[in-house]
Amino acid sequence: MTEPRTIEALNAAYGDLAFSEYRGQTRVVVPSASIHDVLATLKQQLGFDYLVDVTCVDYLQYRDAKDRFGLVYLLARVETNERITVRTFVNDPEPTVPSVVDLWAGANWLEREVWDLFGIRFEGHPDLRRIVLPEAFEAHPLRKDYPLQGRGERHNFPVLTRGEG
Amino acid sequence: MAIVELPDNVQVTKLDELVGWCRSYSLWPMPFATACCGIELMSTGASRTDISRFGAEVFRFSPRQSDLLIVAGRVVMKMLPVVQRIWQQMLEPKWCISMGACCSTGGVFDTYSVVQGLDRFVPVDIYVPGCPPRPEQLIQSILDLQAKIQQENKMFGQDCDAPSRQRPKRALIEKIY
Repeated sequence: MTEPRTIEALNAAYGDLAFSEYRGQTRVVVPSASIHDVLATLKQQLGFDYLVDVTCVDYLQYRDAKDRFGLVYLLARVETNERITVRTFVNDPEPTVPSVVDLWAGANWLEREVWDLFGIRFEGHPDLRRIVLPEAFEAHPLRKDYPLQGRGERHNFPVLTRGEG
Repeated sequence: MAIVELPDNVQVTKLDELVGWCRSYSLWPMPFATACCGIELMSTGASRTDISRFGAEVFRFSPRQSDLLIVAGRVVMKMLPVVQRIWQQMLEPKWCISMGACCSTGGVFDTYSVVQGLDRFVPVDIYVPGCPPRPEQLIQSILDLQAKIQQENKMFGQDCDAPSRQRPKRALIEKIY
């Protein structure tokens, strides 16, 4: 549950943001240009000190979707047990958002995971490498245009035979 | 030429066969357990289905001390170089059991990350079906492997790279579509 104080403070700072609520969870959609400022405000002025998760949704061929990728930041305020979901949309080509590692150090690996699986570039990230897949992997397999079966860059490995031991 | 009468407690055999007999009952498995098959592998070594009845109880966690690689569970492509390295560190003569559907074929994990059959990259002697296989099935595979080892009958492992031991490889390059 997000306190009204937080919503009012965000609206006062950034104009009327698109808030919505579902089952007691408050979501806000932010333009990607101001995502870093909004998150910085939430952290530094409104006390959301805990970044629960950074993740992403690919809306390719999703009905009524206007944008390709929806980035999701889940924040929590430990002091009051407040939670808020901040979303922003980015598009092809070169989907890019500013990194929030300077705000929460824990965003480092979370953003690397989103980069690894969705190919969203985080500008200002200190170490944007793949975290789950091998370095040699070339694609971003959680994108919806990646085939479900039959690929995987598995042909790069040597084949061991008998007698090579 | 005098015919020597052998006593009852003496048997005559070929040295190669004797070596094969010894090898087949002193398998030292190297467990490579990555998934639920590993649980069955552990229970195979436990008291109820006691793998040591078949001379394969000395589980070693160092590839340099073992001669049977049991890959139990799916192998993802990040893990594959590790399996290959372990296989290369093992000393000849060595054998490999691919345990379970995932290790043998990829199983239900036909995805971007899972290797579709270990035998595409590492030579495999015995495949164990099942998801996961029961300990009895793994023991049966060890019995089959023992029969296979006894048929090899080469003391110095000259047949390690013989064409008969090379398994025809499936298509290596994945179909890309």
